[in-house]
Amino acid sequence: MTQNIETPLHRIAHSRAGDKGNRVNLSLMPYDPALYPLLAEQVTEEKVLALFRHRGATACKRYDLPLLNAFNFVIDEVLEGGVNGSLNLDGHGKSHSFRLLAMTIEVPREKLNRP
Amino acid sequence: MIPLGLKMLKGVPSVSDLFLVGNGAGFSGDRVDAPIPVVRSLVKRGLPAAMFFECLGERTVALAQLERRRDPEAGYEPMLERLLEPILVDCARAGIPILGNFGAANPAAAARAIARLAKKLGMPELRIGLVTGDDVSDSVNLNKLAVHEADAGLDMSSWKLVSANAYIGAAPLAEALAAGAQIVVAGRTSDPALAIAPLMHHLGWAEDDWQALAVGAAAGHLLECGSQVTGGVFWDPGFKDIPDPANIGFPIAEVGRDLSLLITKPEGTGGIVDQRTVKEQLLYELHDPSTYITPDVILDITGAHLTPGGQDRVAVHGLQGRQRPDLLKVTACYEGSWLGEGEISVAGPNALARARATADVLLQRVKQRGLARRARADLIGVASVHDSDDGTLWRGYTGPEPQDIRIRLAVEATTRDDADQASREALALLCCGTAGTSGARWRVTPRILTRSFLVPRDMVPTETRVLPAREWN
Repeated sequence: MTQNIETPLHRIAHSRAGDKGNRVNLSLMPYDPALYPLLAEQVTEEKVLALFRHRGATACKRYDLPLLNAFNFVIDEVLEGGVNGSLNLDGHGKSHSFRLLAMTIEVPREKLNRP
Repeated sequence: MIPLGLKMLKGVPSVSDLFLVGNGAGFSGDRVDAPIPVVRSLVKRGLPAAMFFECLGERTVALAQLERRRDPEAGYEPMLERLLEPILVDCARAGIPILGNFGAANPAAAARAIARLAKKLGMPELRIGLVTGDDVSDSVNLNKLAVHEADAGLDMSSWKLVSANAYIGAAPLAEALAAGAQIVVAGRTSDPALAIAPLMHHLGWAEDDWQALAVGAAAGHLLECGSQVTGGVFWDPGFKDIPDPANIGFPIAEVGRDLSLLITKPEGTGGIVDQRTVKEQLLYELHDPSTYITPDVILDITGAHLTPGGQDRVAVHGLQGRQRPDLLKVTACYEGSWLGEGEISVAGPNALARARATADVLLQRVKQRGLARRARADLIGVASVHDSDDGTLWRGYTGPEPQDIRIRLAVEATTRDDADQASREALALLCCGTAGTSGARWRVTPRILTRSFLVPRDMVPTETRVLPAREWN
């Protein structure tokens, strides 16, 4: 019987944030391509949007790039005005990749031990 | 220029089939010694090559325009001479042209500064190309154009225009190279155009060869942020380690006549190029991966994939190009409101309670005095960047007690004086604050607001001038 372990994305994937106006994009790439379907199933647009609701984010769109073993999340209205309008120290939102990477997902134990 | 025969002697059989593009800066504020190893590597390899510098963020040109208002000979990249002095002679000798948007708000003054530098370095004949036309603040009536994107709360009627610049493409830069320019200075260009131009010029790409231009745009996109494709913004100790992060090598793209694309970096430098770094940068600031819009081509990376090409070498395949857009993006910058910031620290027992109380008092003081249109407080040490204006994260924090917290107040104010008064509320806490409150800092910054428009290409004519250094006065 497979045992699932609750794991922060940071342990199995990497991410980078970029901005344009009041929008952020977050890439997400599992280190192990075998985990791609698991991320596709569990890291949904709704769950990612929920991470940024407190900042007024209104929408999240996920683009799947299986050939690159990558996802691209685009989140609208998340920068409280963007680099020009925000009062936040991180007006660019470049730190948000690590808010995504703090999200936990359920990973079968045997898949966690893969290189 | 290294004679072709010499290159052949070095055992490089397909000299003319490969062109190298090196990057020396990914933004205004990048490491000023980064270009040196890149140029050294390009010279050593002896292949046809170019260097480019990307120094212009969305607002940088507006801040530069404010500098120019203060001093008519200012308003270009402040680190220009520092970036170029160590490499200019080597590039000229090796026939490696340099391109940059380091002209910012005053490309002509940048050309004159480069001319002074060239003469100082004993190169009065260095051919300096100047590309202008991106500044449309006087030539295009923005009020008649449809708005593309705008910062919230921007009321055009009440804000003063600081700058309006079109993102111009590669063609005028390539024109300067064709006219023999050894260094090309521009203001606002698309970032990838700085890489596309030397490729167009050297490999003879047509302006409608979308497949070739897509490869150039991808090369430019991957290189435009400098070290971000070679380990910068990537390293995460224990998870994504990189060698020698204090000396990350800036990137080099190898582009083939057969439209191959490979990303690498100079030997003997820090950082890393692998599939992880290339993927992160390929998707950086990208929205719909099928539609990355540049003035020269629309790039589609949905079919892209990567293969390893040796140590610090990654090849990029499957790039697709579509016809360039008819319209160019213009970003207009306006004088905005004022940002006032004040900070102060607490540490030791009961720090969290003292910090929360301090934040609340700062917000109350600003409200009481009517100083701000908008205000927020952050508890640095609890949540410095992921929080919201209303402090959802620090107000709801239930984790372990932090031992050291810096409280930050930030306000948006209508006048400089209001912003200053608000930020000084942090200072006043030196006497009025909680027990053990100290370390106040406060500052005021003018804010720039932006709005972008789409304009027909024919409304943005460009001009290219190429003259030897001795003739730039």
